[in-house]
Amino acid sequence: MSEPNLRYSDVEDGLRASVRDLLADRADAATVLAHAESAEHDPGLWRALAELGATSLHVPEELGGQGAGYRETAVVAEELGASVAPVPFLGSAVLATAALLHVSQDDDARAALARLGSGEITATLVVPLSTWDSTPSVQLVDGGLVGTVRSVADARAADLLVVPAGGALHLVQASAATVTPVVSLDVTRPVADVEFTGSTSVALVGSAEDAVRAALLAGAGILASEQVGIAQWCLDTTVAYLKQRYQFGRPVGSFQALKHRLADVWQQLVLARAAARNAADALATGNDVEVAVSVAQSLCAAVAVHAAHECVQLHGGIGMTWEHPAHLYLKRAKADEIALGTPGRHRASLAHLVDLPG
Amino acid sequence: MTDLRDRVAALLAEHDPATTDRLDFLRARFDAGLAWVHFPEGLGGLGAPRGDQEIVDAALVAAGAPDNNPRRIGIGLGMAAPTILAFGTDEQRRRFLRPLWTGEEVWCQLFSEPGAGSDLAALGTRARRDGDDWVVTGQKVWTSTAHTARWAILVARTDPDVPKHAGMTYFVCDMTDPGVEVRPLRQITGEAEFNEVFLTDARIPDAHRLGAVGDGWRVAQTTLMNEWVAIGGRPMPREGGMAGVVAETWRANPERRTPEAHDRLLGLWVESEALRLAGIRLRQQLAVGSPGPEGSAMKLAFARLSQALSGLEVELLAEDGLRYSDWALTRPELVDFTGRDAGYRYLRAKGNSIEGGTSEILRNIIAERILGLPSEPRVDKDVPWKDLPR
Repeated sequence: MSEPNLRYSDVEDGLRASVRDLLADRADAATVLAHAESAEHDPGLWRALAELGATSLHVPEELGGQGAGYRETAVVAEELGASVAPVPFLGSAVLATAALLHVSQDDDARAALARLGSGEITATLVVPLSTWDSTPSVQLVDGGLVGTVRSVADARAADLLVVPAGGALHLVQASAATVTPVVSLDVTRPVADVEFTGSTSVALVGSAEDAVRAALLAGAGILASEQVGIAQWCLDTTVAYLKQRYQFGRPVGSFQALKHRLADVWQQLVLARAAARNAADALATGNDVEVAVSVAQSLCAAVAVHAAHECVQLHGGIGMTWEHPAHLYLKRAKADEIALGTPGRHRASLAHLVDLPG
Repeated sequence: MTDLRDRVAALLAEHDPATTDRLDFLRARFDAGLAWVHFPEGLGGLGAPRGDQEIVDAALVAAGAPDNNPRRIGIGLGMAAPTILAFGTDEQRRRFLRPLWTGEEVWCQLFSEPGAGSDLAALGTRARRDGDDWVVTGQKVWTSTAHTARWAILVARTDPDVPKHAGMTYFVCDMTDPGVEVRPLRQITGEAEFNEVFLTDARIPDAHRLGAVGDGWRVAQTTLMNEWVAIGGRPMPREGGMAGVVAETWRANPERRTPEAHDRLLGLWVESEALRLAGIRLRQQLAVGSPGPEGSAMKLAFARLSQALSGLEVELLAEDGLRYSDWALTRPELVDFTGRDAGYRYLRAKGNSIEGGTSEILRNIIAERILGLPSEPRVDKDVPWKDLPR
């Protein structure tokens, strides 16, 4: 097995800088919080990301994308995690796109990918965001789709729904289904329930099971980079705060009891970043993908949650307020821990993959 | 790189490993600049990027060439050599580096003292000037390879009247000097991998001083930073360390598995794999000349994982976990954290969070130097060393 490339390339660093500039302009904490209040995504920011090419990096050029790869997509996910920007990146650019790429021999799939790549529409894969190894619940009854899927990410923003049912993927216009937003733990990536009552659809050629599997692997692998971005923001923000917050006549960051906790977060982040880069590289090369993704998910999910916990705690009272953005990261980190398989589910997958049976 | 491969080919052509004496081959490799390619020409290197070493090593391994048994001379390679390179005179570099690298001369490190562990800068071993020599008296501890070493890197106090960081000087000490006495230091595993070193009027010529008088702390920092690079720099296959040992125990003992142990094992296995990946990432960064500070994170994680994994293994072994191989005082030449039995691994791993900087000191360093957090108020900073409470 060849060694994975775990560095960031110069091109990837350049991409990161462009995305970071855009997010600094358009997704500062106050703006993100305002969107969170209304549980709306930010279509203007999404168009700007699409214009940068950041929403279709791993889509081949002949299918309307940028012809880069998952390594680059992961860098964007890191920056989006660090800003908790309310955009349908995971649902549209990662999950739905990966599922459609898997069946891209189908003309309708290719047409949908082209429209996604240009930023003209967004889509989502209609599975519960918590899915890792469960089976689809939507049925095909008399040629129409029937069933309800709870807690679907980025469904409210989606123009197009990609639905696994009856062994195939189906394309459904959002207007042909009932999308009901629910009050969500993660206020910057709210979920919605999606109900089909005999909805008309376009069935795509190819196995839904394989396409969903590919999408969940890509989603879980890229999510690890988002989690690294969340953890990095939590660490940076807490370090900055502890340098300027004085109690007992000293900056509180000079107390060992606090600085050791941040040193531990930093240490965990070093490991998490290596695991997340490895997952992105594995998705790009196709080498050892399942192990790489489950290692990254079981580690990065926990590291992001821990970093968010420390961020809230070490900010003291201000960290508990609605006004301070720490809660947006805590909510995202906790929801991400459930998303696409909890750490425990990924460890269970690894038990099989690396021959450590229970 | 083609040039590098040509040099390797030329070395192999002139000194066929199959017929050349091991030491002759190693000397020839050093003289060809293929020992450590990032060192300067004439000192075993070519002034090439550090990452090119992998090309050389791989080509020489493939040709069946002998190596310098780097694990036996780790302190020389990882700590003494970079310090001699950075602070040594031309004459010191020429005298010491070649036999250091070939392993003809083993090195040890005389830094820690019974009264100066984490607070290394408080050390009290005294060096007094006497003509062209320094006369050194004091006690050092936790010195691995002292009993086989020809030379030591030594930090001693040359001026007790200034604050602690300012009054130290760095020397190369001859371990065969009659004023140097080495005694084994038995540890919780039963064996004596380390030593206590007693210095009683040991003489060191001034020509064996590294760096300026009073600049010993700065020189020692170079040594210690390189220690972490060395610890973090080893490439490893998946399950190459303690995780692999425990995984094998797990696979071999299906009747001893419990759900709780399974969850712990998988969690530790994942972190060990991530630690391995972090090592690959660090090495890839080093290879392009942009080493990050990740080595200190890796040491922290390594210590924690070794201890948790080895503790889990003893539990898994149930009635066999109640036994121990041998408490006899032996003197291992090589330290193998994953060697011997589970009980040994468990006990030896306790040292991983103490040796080479305790995990607590490491967290201070990460917090202050990497994260830039303010230091604790320092009561000893401006006090002459001789007036410090002890």
